Amino acid sequence: MKFPLSTFWVAAVATALFLSGCDTSKDEDAQPTVGTLDIEMEHVVGSKMLTLNATTYTNPASNEQFTISKFNYYVSNVKLQKADGTEYVQPESYYLVQASDAESQHLHLKDIAVGDYTGISFVVGVDSTRNVSGAQTGALDANNNMFWTWNTGYIFFKMEGNLLASSDYPAKPFLMHVGGFAKPYNAIRTVKLTFPSSNLLVRDDHAPELHLKVDALQVLNGPQPIQLNTFMGVHGPSANAIQVAGNYAVGMFSVEHIHAN
Amino acid sequence: MLLPRTLSKATLAQLLGLAGLLVAGCQPDADVLKQQAVPGDALPGNFPAPAYTLETNPPDRATFELGRTLFYDPRLSRTGEVSCGSCHQQFVAFAHADHRVSHGVDGLLGTRNAPALQNLRWRRELLWDGGAKNLETMPLAPLTNPVEMDETLDNVLQKLNADPDYQRRFAKIYGKSPVDSYQFLRALAQFTAALTSANSRYDHYVRGEAGGQLSEPELRGRALLTQKCTPCHSTDLFTDETYRNNGLDREFSADSGRAHITSVAQDQGLFKVPSLRNVAKTPPYMHDGRFATLSQVLDHYDHGVQASPTLDPLLRQVGIPLTTQERAALLAFLETLTDTEFLQDRRLAERP
Repeated sequence: MKFPLSTFWVAAVATALFLSGCDTSKDEDAQPTVGTLDIEMEHVVGSKMLTLNATTYTNPASNEQFTISKFNYYVSNVKLQKADGTEYVQPESYYLVQASDAESQHLHLKDIAVGDYTGISFVVGVDSTRNVSGAQTGALDANNNMFWTWNTGYIFFKMEGNLLASSDYPAKPFLMHVGGFAKPYNAIRTVKLTFPSSNLLVRDDHAPELHLKVDALQVLNGPQPIQLNTFMGVHGPSANAIQVAGNYAVGMFSVEHIHAN
Repeated sequence: MLLPRTLSKATLAQLLGLAGLLVAGCQPDADVLKQQAVPGDALPGNFPAPAYTLETNPPDRATFELGRTLFYDPRLSRTGEVSCGSCHQQFVAFAHADHRVSHGVDGLLGTRNAPALQNLRWRRELLWDGGAKNLETMPLAPLTNPVEMDETLDNVLQKLNADPDYQRRFAKIYGKSPVDSYQFLRALAQFTAALTSANSRYDHYVRGEAGGQLSEPELRGRALLTQKCTPCHSTDLFTDETYRNNGLDREFSADSGRAHITSVAQDQGLFKVPSLRNVAKTPPYMHDGRFATLSQVLDHYDHGVQASPTLDPLLRQVGIPLTTQERAALLAFLETLTDTEFLQDRRLAERP
């Protein structure tokens, strides 16, 4: 009874060997067509470096003083644009960046089609499909403390900290957990940045580095400014989540510089 | 190492299944084949297409049994006292017999009735408010709820990884260690997806199978249900999976229902329309378990519907008026939706 099955395996092995043989010969003939790109996230608060808990920051717009204890966000669906309008779309493109984890601030992109890229775009958060796709691994593991259990979906962005007391108000903690992928509170935002001075050259013999500045102050000073003293925080898909997402999508990310290497 | 990369997991599972069938075919005893089967691994002919397809997580006996062990394991809770099965008992279609609301760790009470777990494979969204949108991640809600199992996913994984039996069983199935959240949730989903109830007397009737006779009052009840209780309780799943305010209350400060998930005012007081399958076995009724009998439920629709801005338009005029004869016929039909085979399937029991 096992004979037909063994026959299948033999056939499958033969087919696989045959196919992989074809791939190898093709690789030898063609020029290598892929390269790498490292993206480095540089977390700042205005003119200061972001250091968790240790530094007191002042928001010049509101004069509020605060500290930050947690700063996490998802970067997903990374794309690189060319001058001719075409783009490279990274498959399985999910990264969880955490201020508490230096290694997570380096995004290593492999197997990128070589070319001269003029800009980059990415989703801050996770696309709606993956929000409802069940158990996941890697950056999307439900055990990364970035997943709501009572209302299925990823927390796209987390900023927590403490507002310091002033003569007008007492000290209080603040918490922003932004997520939500359904109307009317869809907080998925795409950031698109163009490379200001020179193109990003992806080559098989270069290892370019793209440095992005990530300014947490812009979460408060975006199109809809936030005063921590009166802000009720964000705990789920809501109007407040949309407000925070709208702020970070506009001004939080900018291109610092590119190392061609 | 070439083969596993060339063949998809699904193809492998099919091959293994084929191998199982071929081996079983050699045996003269047909019971061997039956033992290999996993509950719910065939889709009933009278059901619509499932949301959680067989291909998503192909039913496999060892994984199903691992999921069953997890379902009945109280160590998944913070105190080691509450398992999924504590509030979801097989003899009442995996609802919680005689409990209005869920009972969690340290005797804490929840705010909602533990619903029957059946035909979850067909649910696009789960929980009374639809907060869970995938069968695999749904258990994280009761697991982490402070008044239910009150445990963290991280702690659950630590407990599983400290247990040699779990280590061995997970490694055998998934081929790598330690046990991670993906393996844990996928294995548990093999059990919850297997809870298919499709062998009631009604099912045998609609599929034209042996034992499928319905009496005259039962048939009248079926016609009345179609006339008065649809579209809410439609299809052979007996729910249209919408969220509706069925007029239980005038205001919703106790539980905003669907609005808790959507933050939309028009969703205040809306809850998922529950299936009517095994309904005679699953009192108490409604999201908060306020009605102890089906008769009380019919009373509500007959003369108890409360007006509010979000009351379902279908109940706006006068509720659902029912004569004594109509009530009797409806109750008779609802009894035909009891699936004894499901309620007594040893393979789904804590001690098979």
